[in-house]
Formats: sequence, structure tokens, C-alpha cells
Amino acid sequence: MKRHTASVVALALIAAACGSGTTSSPEPKPTSLTLVAYDSFSVEPEAFNAFTTATGIAVKVVTAGDAGTMLSKAALTAGKPEGDVMWGVDNTLLARALRSEVFRPYTSPQLSALNPEAVALAPRHELTPVDEGDVCINYDIAWFAEHELAPPTTLDELTQPAYRDLLVVENPATSSPGLAFMLATIAASGDAGWQQYWQSLRANGVSVVDSWDQAYYEQFSASTGKGPRPLVVSYGSSPPAEVVFASPRPDTAPTGVMASSCFHQVEFAGVLRGTKYPTASGQLVDYLVSMAFQEMLPLTLFVYPVRTGATVPQEFTDYAVRPKDPLTVSPAEIEAKSKDWITTWTEIVVR
Amino acid sequence: MTRPDRRAESSSNRLPRWVVGGLAVPATVFIGVFYLWPVGTLIGRSFTLESLRSALHDPAIRHIAWFTTWQAGLSTMLTVAIGLVPAYLLARFEFRGRRLLTAAITVPFVLPTVVVGAAFLALLPDRLDQSVIAIVMAHVFFNVAVVVRGVGGLWEQLPPDLGAAARTLGASPSRTMREITLPLLTPAIAASASIVFLFTFTSFGVVRLLGGPAHPTLEVEIWQQATRFGDVGVAAVLSVAQLVVLGLAVAWFSRLQTTHRRALDLAPLTHRQRARTPRQRAFVIGATIAILVAIAVPVAALVDRSLRTGPGHSLAAWRSVFGAHANDASRPTVVAGFDPLASVVTSLRFALIAMVISVVVGGCAALAISTLRRGGRLLDTGLMLPLGTSAVTIGFGLLITFDTAPFDWRGSPWMIPLGHALVATPFVVRLLLPVLRSIDPDLRDAASTLGASPIRVWREIDLRMLGRPLLTGAGFALAISLGEFGATSLLTRSGRETLPIAIERLLNRPGALLHAQGYVLATVLAALTFVIIGAVEAVRLGSDQRA
Repeated sequence: MKRHTASVVALALIAAACGSGTTSSPEPKPTSLTLVAYDSFSVEPEAFNAFTTATGIAVKVVTAGDAGTMLSKAALTAGKPEGDVMWGVDNTLLARALRSEVFRPYTSPQLSALNPEAVALAPRHELTPVDEGDVCINYDIAWFAEHELAPPTTLDELTQPAYRDLLVVENPATSSPGLAFMLATIAASGDAGWQQYWQSLRANGVSVVDSWDQAYYEQFSASTGKGPRPLVVSYGSSPPAEVVFASPRPDTAPTGVMASSCFHQVEFAGVLRGTKYPTASGQLVDYLVSMAFQEMLPLTLFVYPVRTGATVPQEFTDYAVRPKDPLTVSPAEIEAKSKDWITTWTEIVVR
Repeated sequence: MTRPDRRAESSSNRLPRWVVGGLAVPATVFIGVFYLWPVGTLIGRSFTLESLRSALHDPAIRHIAWFTTWQAGLSTMLTVAIGLVPAYLLARFEFRGRRLLTAAITVPFVLPTVVVGAAFLALLPDRLDQSVIAIVMAHVFFNVAVVVRGVGGLWEQLPPDLGAAARTLGASPSRTMREITLPLLTPAIAASASIVFLFTFTSFGVVRLLGGPAHPTLEVEIWQQATRFGDVGVAAVLSVAQLVVLGLAVAWFSRLQTTHRRALDLAPLTHRQRARTPRQRAFVIGATIAILVAIAVPVAALVDRSLRTGPGHSLAAWRSVFGAHANDASRPTVVAGFDPLASVVTSLRFALIAMVISVVVGGCAALAISTLRRGGRLLDTGLMLPLGTSAVTIGFGLLITFDTAPFDWRGSPWMIPLGHALVATPFVVRLLLPVLRSIDPDLRDAASTLGASPIRVWREIDLRMLGRPLLTGAGFALAISLGEFGATSLLTRSGRETLPIAIERLLNRPGALLHAQGYVLATVLAALTFVIIGAVEAVRLGSDQRA
């Protein structure tokens, strides 16, 4: 019995020593940090050169599927993260991210320079807003001109026979713009009307794909994929991309935005709980909201900077649509109801 | 009667008992810690009555369960119906190229499910992929070999005089088929059908690639709930429900097999003949061509699509995978996000680890099982359990079990080969056991009479005879690990994609180049599998010739 007690005491001492060891020893400086992002994160590696020069830390980007998959997998392995910082949790996933304790709170000294409304969405600073934008229906201007049809201006028009088989949307279960658009229809038609609305959309031949990539690049007629459908759920800032990447560069954007369909989206980045390098990871978050990085975002990810005073390029002001009063649903309501909504939606639209 | 008794008694090799006991340890620990514990965890987590009730009353889940069942039923019926043709051809006729055709028919069965899915994605027009038709076609392609082997084996032994007699008595060929041949084949058909049903019921890779959002099976839904929607509770309930269904199916199937063996006590005769009438010749030639085309076309489509990045054929995708630049420079928005070539290296590394684990654990286990009596039988059954469990369930169990310190192994690179080894070890045991049991005890007795120590007897006799089956088992373990997709889908980590994971991700991204890269990797995986299985077959045939 005595020996037993002794060994327990010894174990406790060892445990205490280990515990204090991890808290008091200074954090080792990493040679590189891993940034986990969604598949369509298209920031060039060179964009992190300034960070590497300033800190001596390289940045490796790994992609982990669409935003929903990325977060769910992170939640399953919360505390044992795939990287150090995660980019791309948006306001539709925010509540789930906070509940599953994927992130380690970090209060960036830059917060005061960011859009206060966006910052307020995560009041305990588990996540830092990094960009903003709107999920909106885009239309192929040339297609509608050619078919002598006016592009739709209201959500209700999409259920009319004239727009039959024209719209492609993303599955809200797997894609964040898909979820955002479903929420837009709920915000517009209310708890009672949205199911009927989707029944009508389905009857009118709406097509569903798993990801934004597939919808935009394979199904949409005005993108490089030259798909079959002239209406797609994309972003208010997608038209500038069609100007910037086209060669030769067109005089006007080939795509337009249906402003009444827009749902406001804020994307966040955060330090992953369980990283070995919380301090360095915090520095990386600071870098993501720095002026230079923020001003690079419009023409790489086609989103708006969240930093006040960051300038937006001319193409953006010319071709992007930023509705004054976009549709929205509060994160709390999304958290409470989105699972049921998605189940109902799946039942109505894809089964 | 004395001989079998004596053999049973001394089939125990002559190793000291403590050594034999020690041999049972790795397998027992392996199966206990990495199979029984995770399954226990799943059951523990799912059996709150509330979660069970909500899952069973959820119309979406009922819909998925119903879809899973009927697509498996339809796939099974079609596989059997189509499989009877090559079974008949190979059972009844002797012709040039018969052995080659037999080998060709097994090709689809050894291909990884992701490769089969990719092949049909490449083959079918856009309209048809993401449909039930695509899923069922791929299932038939994949499983016909099961029917050919299962039914053909029995058919070969049915004396043809039965049919001839019926026809002399005035029965039409179709009536002979219906009333004589098919009833005699029923046990073999039922056995093959139940295996095909099990495979298609738990189909994952094919459905992931060809199903689209509207057609999840239970297996896909477990993965989806866990990794996409983040609902571990629902995923656990579904896993346990599927475990129960599979358990019942396996029990029913093994009963069927025993009655089957009792029903027909046929001599291992073959009654193959050369095609004589013009009709027979036409059938042999026509069927052979049709079978070869059906096997070759999807594989050819796969290779063809790996060569298409724009109009016409080019090696661009191959160069981009094996060259320096793997990304599409023209459109920075569409990038793979990982290095396709690295996935080949990752897969090979995992496969080697899985091979070592399953050969060591399986080898020790087989020795222990062949020696120990009751304990051996228990260990044998235990090791077979992962085969009756779906791969996704195995991965999911591992993921949610080892999540608390000091056993927090989520994200550890060991977990993936470990999951693969769980699937591969039963095969290694199955290959070794018959050899171990067949070693003539007189040989050992003679050796010890001549003064060899137990260890020496074991080394010179047992180990030497085990060489080939061990190599074969190692090859199978490699191939299984390379193609494993279900367990890996849950355990995979970004930046450490295996080949099947990389293939699925690339094929689900937009853009011709990424798609072509996916088909390149699928071609590479198919080629690796061919090489390994080909080598295994060479070793196996070599041993046949020696015997």
C-alpha cells in the first residue's frame, strides 16, 4: 500500500513537472507555419514573402476541401490540428466553429483597424475577420442578350417558366455559398415560404452541384468552362474576375449581379487550438489583416478587405456589386436551425 | 480414422508453449485495441435512446437506407444475370485463350474501387454520371468475377449428361436451363449473390465518385455526417445500424455455405469440351469478344481521359504530375492545393507500413491459431471481424476512439496504415493457415527423431513452407493498402493525401487539367495494382507447379 502511494505521488510529481514545463518554457520559433484553407483559396505563395522576410518563418498552405468539410474535419480532430492557422470559416459556419472549440482565442492588435461589425460577430476573438463580400446570383449578359430575355431581378422571377433550366446552385450541405444562398431565400421568403419557394425552383429545373468551383467553372456559361447555364450562385465580386482574367481584356464585365439575391458573408481566420506555435500563429493572423495583404485580396480571392481604409482597385468599383442592404440571418439563428433547414432543403430539392 | 485424429493432435508445431502463447499476443492486442475498442466506443456513443430514435424516425435516413438496399439488390441481380454468361462459357468450353480470359475477368475485381469509379466517370457521358445507372454499371463490372468464380466452379462439375438427358426427352434448351441447370446451381448462385450484395451494400468509392449529392449509400452518409456535417452522433448510429445488418448478412451467408457444401457432393471433375456446332463456336467467339470489350473499354477510357486536357490528346497532365509544375498557371483560381506526385509516395509509404504490420501480426496469429485449440479458434474469429465491418466504420471508430490523452492519436500518420492493416491481416491469416495445417506431422516427427531441436524443426520445415504464402500475403496487403479508400477518407490529413484520396479530390475539382491529373493518378494506381497482383499470381502459380 505504501509503495502504491509512493508511486502515485511520483506520478503526480512527474505530471506536474510536465505540465509546468509546457506552460513556462518559451515557445520555440518555428521554421514554417501551415495555413489550412478551403480548396478555392488561390493566394499565390509569393503573397507570404513579406511575412517570411519579416519573421524568418515560411508559410505552407494546405487545402482541406470546401469550407464546411474543412471545419467539420477540424472539429473531429479539435486540439490536434492539421496546421497552425485556418482561413475561411464564414459567418454561416461561425457558430459551429465556436461551439466545437477548434480555435484558440487570439486578440490581434490590429482589431481596431477592422470593420467593427465584422469583429463583433466573434466577441471573444476566437476568430478574426479577414474579408467580406456578398453571395449573389450572377448572370451571363451575352446569353440573355442573345436570347432577348431580361435577366431576372427578383428571386420570385426565378420560378417563372421564362427562366426554366437556367440556374445552377451549390448544395448548402457542402458549400458555403450554397448555404448562404439558401439562407438568402429563407431571409426573403420567411420560415413559412421558403420551402414552397424551393419546390417551385426545383419544378423550374434548378441544378445542384457540390461546390462553387463546379457550379462556376463547369456549369456557368460565362466562365472559362462555357457551361450550359447562364445563372449561377456566385459572388457580388465575381464580375471583376471575369474582366481581370480575360484575354483580351473586355471593355465591360461579361457577367452581371442580381443585387436582390445577395447574402452578406464575412470570412474569418483563426489560430487553431493545439498549435505548437501560438505566438507565431498570432503573428500570421496579424499579417493576414495587414494593409498590404488586405489590399491584395480583391484581385486574388475577389473579396472585399475587412480593414478600414484599404483601397479597392478600380475594376472592383467598376464591376462589383455591393448591395447596401443585403439579406442576412443572425449567426445564432443559423446555429439553431441550419441543420434542420439543410435536411428539409435536401428533402425538397435533391431527393 | 486414426490418421486425422493423430494429425489434429500433433498439428501443433513443436514450439514451446510459451512461445506459442507469445505469438498470440500481438494479434490479440491488435484486434482488441484497434478493432474491439473502437467498435465498443461507437456502440457506446450511439446508444443513447434519443439518438437512436431520432435516427430511425428521420425520413432522410430511411430514404438512404432504402436506397442503399435497393441499389445493392439491383446491382446483385444484374451481376448474377450477366455473370452467368462467362461462368457458362468458362465452365463448359475448352478453347484457346481460356486461361487468359479467366485472368482478364478477375482484373476488375482487383482494381481499387476508386479506379473503377474513375473509369466509369471517364466512360459515361456527363448526363449519366451521378446517376443510379452509373453506380449499378460499375458495381456489375466490379463484381462479375465473384459470380464467375463462385458459380463457374460448381458448373464445371455438373455432369453435362443431365442436360443431354432432358433434351433427349424433349425439353427445349431454355427449359433445360430453367428446370435442370439453374436449380442445381442455386446454392452457388445464392452464395455468390450474398457476397456481391455485401460488397454493393457497403459500396463507398464507387458511390462517392458516381453518386453525386442525390445518391448517398449508408456508407457514404456515415462519412458525410462525420466529416462534412460534423454530426458524430448520427454517424455513430448509422455505423452501428450497418454493423448489425452486416453481421446478420454474414451469419446468414455462412449458414448458406455450409448447406451448400452438404447439398452437392460432387467429384472435382471437369466436363469442358471444345465448341463443336457452329452455334457453339459462334457463342464462344462472341462471348469472349464481348467479355474482353466490356473489361477493356472502361480501363481504356481511363487512360484516354488522362491524355485529354484540351482538344486532342496530349501528355500535358502526365507531365504536370511528374514534372515540376503541377498547377494550372493560366487560371490561378483553380489549383489542386496539393502535390499529386507526393500522393504516390505517401501511398507507397503507407502501403509498406501496412504490409509489415499485417504480415507480422497475421503471421504470428496464424502460427498461434494453428497450434492453440479453443483460444486459436477465438483468435481466428476475432481477426476475421474487420472483414465483416465496413471500411468507413473502421476508420470512424479509430478516429473517435483515440481522441483523449494519453491515447490521442488523431492525426498521427500511423493511423492510416493501421486501418489498412486491419483490413489486410485477415487475408494474410487465411493464406497461411491452410499451409500450416497441411504440413505433414510425420515430417516434423522425423526431424525431431533425427535430433533437430524444436526451434530448428520449426525453422527448417514450417518457415520454409510458409515462404510463398507469406510473400503472397504481403503482396495482397500492399495492394489492399494502396487502394483503400473508406477508412482513409476519415483518417486522411491535408497535405498527406493517399492516391485514392488524391484521385477523388482531383476528379471533383473543375478544370480539364485537374481532371486529367486525377485520371493520371487513377491509371498509375491501376498499373501499380496490376504489377503487384501479377507478381503475387506468379508466385502462387510457381508454388502450384512445384506441388
